[in-house]
Parts: sequence; structure tokens; C-alpha cells
Amino acid sequence: MSTGTEETRTAAEAEAIAALPSVARRQARLPEWAPWAILAGSAVVVGGGALMFGRGIGLAVAATAVVFALLTYLASRIVEGARKATDRLATILVTTALLLAMAPLVSVIATVLANGIARFDAQFFTYSMRGVVGEGGGAYHAIVGTLLITAIAAVMSIPVGLLTAVHLVEYGKGRLARSITFFVDVMTGIPSIVAGLFAFALFALFFGPGVRMGFMGSVALSVLMIPVVVRSTEEMLKIVPNELREAAYALGVPKWRTILKVVLPTSIAGIASGITLAVARVIGETAPLLIAVGITTGVNLNPFDSRMATLPVFSYYSYVAPGVPREPFLDRAWTAALVLIIIVMVLNLLARVIARLFAPKGSR
Amino acid sequence: MAADELPEDQRLKDLSPKSYEHPADRAATAALQQIPMMDTVVRKLIEFGERSIQQQLLAGAVRLGPDQLPEIWASHRAALARLDIDFVPDLYMWQMPFTNAMAIGSKKPMVVLNSGAVSLFDEHEMRTVLGHEAGHILSDHLLYRTALLILLQIGVRPLMRLPFFAGPVSATGRTMLVAGLVLAVMILPIITAVSREVFRQTPKLHEEAALALGATRWEMIRMAVLPFGRSGVVSGAMLGLGRALGETMAVAIVLSVSGAVTVNLVSSGNPSTIAANIALQFPESSGLAVNALIASGLVLFVITLLVNAAARAIVNRRREFSGAN
Repeated sequence: MSTGTEETRTAAEAEAIAALPSVARRQARLPEWAPWAILAGSAVVVGGGALMFGRGIGLAVAATAVVFALLTYLASRIVEGARKATDRLATILVTTALLLAMAPLVSVIATVLANGIARFDAQFFTYSMRGVVGEGGGAYHAIVGTLLITAIAAVMSIPVGLLTAVHLVEYGKGRLARSITFFVDVMTGIPSIVAGLFAFALFALFFGPGVRMGFMGSVALSVLMIPVVVRSTEEMLKIVPNELREAAYALGVPKWRTILKVVLPTSIAGIASGITLAVARVIGETAPLLIAVGITTGVNLNPFDSRMATLPVFSYYSYVAPGVPREPFLDRAWTAALVLIIIVMVLNLLARVIARLFAPKGSR
Repeated sequence: MAADELPEDQRLKDLSPKSYEHPADRAATAALQQIPMMDTVVRKLIEFGERSIQQQLLAGAVRLGPDQLPEIWASHRAALARLDIDFVPDLYMWQMPFTNAMAIGSKKPMVVLNSGAVSLFDEHEMRTVLGHEAGHILSDHLLYRTALLILLQIGVRPLMRLPFFAGPVSATGRTMLVAGLVLAVMILPIITAVSREVFRQTPKLHEEAALALGATRWEMIRMAVLPFGRSGVVSGAMLGLGRALGETMAVAIVLSVSGAVTVNLVSSGNPSTIAANIALQFPESSGLAVNALIASGLVLFVITLLVNAAARAIVNRRREFSGAN
């Protein structure tokens, strides 16, 4: 009896011992520093080699990444097993993709900063281009024009977009709501130049061909802006809990008052930040303004009369059709681009601040 | 000494290659074999290239046998017999001054001796070399070595033969390829933003359940996050495509337009895009030319409409599973 148990135990132990290496191997892990060591090694050997043979920095980085991924995969495969190795490979691929995506974005900002900082001075913000031939001058007229046209576009599209979204969420049922949703979705992807052509064709009906005015640009921009406002507002209204509405109805509050006093205040933070982002989206549009508004050298504060200058179009024309000498024009083009980027960045930050300030109390 | 003359007790009966391989070699080969599809892909590659290598050897090398250098042929067979390999790979000698030899081929292995080695080595040295090559054959090293050779032979040459990359290469770089790259950079944030929103809405419970069941992070992503967000990712990509279709100013600035219709991505003669053409022509147009531009705008509008409608349709098809509705 006892011999039997002893025998089984030894058999089990033997089995356990036989299984031990594979168990140990499965649980084995690469040390923390191993990927870094492999990265450093492949960077020195492969990247350094590529650089030494004059193959350029890009190839060096790419070759290093490939060798690093392969070596880590193999090392992990041998030490940790197949699943861990695939996990590591996926991590490396994902990180590489992130870096690859970041490179051009960082490069854009760096280039615009480096080229635009030269003319980022007081004169740029206070002078127009009237009578300026070479050096000097500024984009005062373009900045004013951009702000004016965008403001009119916002004034036109925010009420329309907001009320459309309210209709879709609170009232919309059946075919009408479905078709509105579909067209809003489709209009979100409409090419901006088509919006410009639309505004031009519309105004040409009334004022004849060859008409250019700031208001026309506002109409084109609001065509682009309304669907964005509708989409973001709709998303925000959808996440207002139904219990709030039902509580209001139960207290006998009419529907319009519920919407005005309960639904909108609850979601005002998200709506406001969505609208700000929509403004940021259209303020940099070049193509519709190029068609609808054109360009001029002087300040024009009347959006219903003749051409106006806008920052994107100003930057575009300074870049593709510089005068003689070229350098002042190119400098102004870069600075205009820098100002645009700063405006968009400020609007984005503003959206975050608004979202935080207006957030309903007690919900976070 | 031929194979059949080797006494039975000198054969290493049923020799396993694992008994002589270096542990590192064994691990590396095992790891390579475990990579999914690697074996299939390599074998397919070899099917394409192996015959050509064989023809090359038949044409430009001496095939050894009982009548050509019989001593070396005998050593070859003896080495094979010693390792208990029961088929006899072809043995070639080609004119090559370096002292070397190699084993290539996968379905039908071949051993190739350099003439430099044959003239330098005496019988025993040659038998060592032949034994070494027989070891390669027994270990199945040939598969990966032949793949390497074929890959080196293929190189990047076929890429240059495609019509997209036919020269002459533009000196300014204002080509369709560059315009495409710029558009790629421009729509990348859109696709990223849409995909991020979709992935964010994966139920936290699904992710945690996958991790709790012992999935690695990548397995969790592949099984819980990606299937959930697939339609959202597709629609994000389509939205990006729609944006790229309608992008005007970047193309107008970057592309140097000649009006030629070509698929050549790198030459200096490029067709324009609809949007860029409108932006470039519109300020100087009047009368009927304006109507033509507006008509081309209509075409662009219809194209983007179709792309966006397709994106929406994909999202709506899986609405109940997807967060992107």
C-alpha cells in the first residue's frame, strides 16, 4: 500500500520534473532592459553602419527599426514563447506607426515656426498691403477679413445647426429625420471648393457673374460649418440622460421649456466646445474664399461690397504669386500661416476651457 | 569508396540533426519555423527560383559523377552514407577561385563546389567539406538559405519596371507621388481621430475580461477592440478618402500640372485634380469656362457623395455593434 503511494508519488514527481523546463520556459521573461539594449545595439550597429556608408538618416532610422523589431521578436520567441513575442512585435509596430504619424505633424509646426517668426512683429498686425511693393507691409486687412467672414458664418450656422440638432434628437421621427441625418452626414465630407462654387452660383443668380463679396464667403463657410455643428450638438444632446427629461415631464413642464431649461444647460459644455471646434475647422479654409471673396490689398470692412482679404488666401497668393523681390512675400506668407495655426490652436484650447467651465455641477 | 561499400556499422543510423546542431542554431531554426506562414511563403518563393538556379548550374557548371572526378563523387556518397541520408543530391563544380562550397535547393537539394576548393583540398579535406554540406542538407538549412539567395536575386528591380515609376524623374519633386504623400499626411489626423473615438467606446468589460482570461495586450486588442471598432475604422478611412478627394490648396501648391494624362507618378508631366483645377482656373475664368468649372465641381461632389454614402452604409450595417452611430 505504502509502496504503491510512494511509487505514484515518485512517478508524479518525475512527471513534474520532466514538465519543469517547459513550465520554466513559459514563465521566463526578458529582463526589463532587454528591448532597450536591443534598440541601442541595433541603432549603433545598423544605423551607424548606414550612416557610415552615407545612406542618409532616413534609411538609418528605418533599418534600425526593422532590425530592432526582428531581433526583439526572435529573442522574445526563444525566451518567452510565441504569444508574448507577437505581443511585443505588435507593440513595436504600433509605436513605430505613432512616431511615423507624429514626424510630419511636428515637422509642419517646426517649419512654419522657423519660417514665420521672421515677420511675426507689430507691423504685421497693424499694416495692410496697400501701396506696399517690397519689404514691410502686413496682414491687418487679412486678419480683419478672416475674423469678420468667420464671425458672420458662425452667426448664420450656429442657430441653424443647433436647432436642427434639437429637432433630430427631441422631435425627429420617421423619414424626414432619417433623410436629414443622412444628408448632414454626407455634407460633412463635402469638398470645400464645391461649397465655394455653390455660393458663387447662388450669388451670380442675383448679382450677375463676376460678383465677389465677403458675405458670399460667409455663406460658403456656413455650408461647411452647419453639418459639423449639427453632428457635434446631436452627439452631445444624445448623451443627456432620459431620466432628466422624464422628471421634467412628470412635473408638468412643457416640452420646449424642458429643452430650454434642462436639456440644453446639461449639455451646454459639449455643445459650446463642439461649436468652437467647428469654427476652428472653417477658419482655415482657403478654397471657397478664393472663389467667393478673392483678394485685395486694402482694408475692406463692408462684407456686402467687393473683395476682401482673408488670411488663408493672403498666404496662398503671397506664396504662389510673389512679387519682385520674392523674399518679403514668402516671409509674409509663412507668418500668415503661423498666425492661422495660432488662431486654430487658441480656438482648440478655448474649446477645452469651455468644456471644463460649463460642465454641469456634480456630473464629474 | 561508394555508399554501398560503407560497412553497416559505420553508418550513423537514423541520425537526428538535433544531435549535432549548436543549441543557438536549433533555437533560431525552430523560431523561424514557428512564424506563421513563413514556411509556406518561403516554399512558394523557392518554387519560383529553384528551377532557374538548377538550369544555371546545368548550363554553367560541371556535374560530377562516376565519370567526372570519381574520387570526389565517391567521397560525396560516403559522406551522405555516413549521415544516413538515403538520397544522393546532385554535385556540381563551378569555376570560382574562392575556396568555398555550398548546398542549395529545397525540393531537390544540390551541392556546389567552387573549383578553387577542389584544386586546393586533398581527399580528406574534401571529405570534411562534403560532410559539412551533407550536414546542412540533413538539418534543412537549405530552405532558408535558398530563400535568401532568391530574395537577393530579385532585389528591388521589378519595382522600377512598373509604369508608375517609369522615368524620367522630375527634378523639382512636384509630382503626383509627392502630392499623394502630402494628402496622406493631411488626412492622417482625421482617420486617427475617428478611429480613436471608436476604440474608446469598446466596452471596458470586454477588455478586462480578455485580459483576465490571460490574453496578452495584443490578443486583447485583436479579439476585443478591433472587431468592435472595425466598421468605425472603415468609415473613418472612407471619410479621410473623401477629404483627400476634395482637398484643394495642398494639391494646387504642390503639383506641377501639365495637363497630360499619365499614370507615371514621378515624372514632371502630371494631370491635375478636379479641386485644384477649379482653384487654379477660376480666378481667371469668365463666361462658359466658369460653367465648365462648376460642372467639374458637380462631378467631384457626386464622387465624394458616393464615397461618404458608402462610409455611412458600412457604419449603419453594424450599427448595433458599433459605437460610431
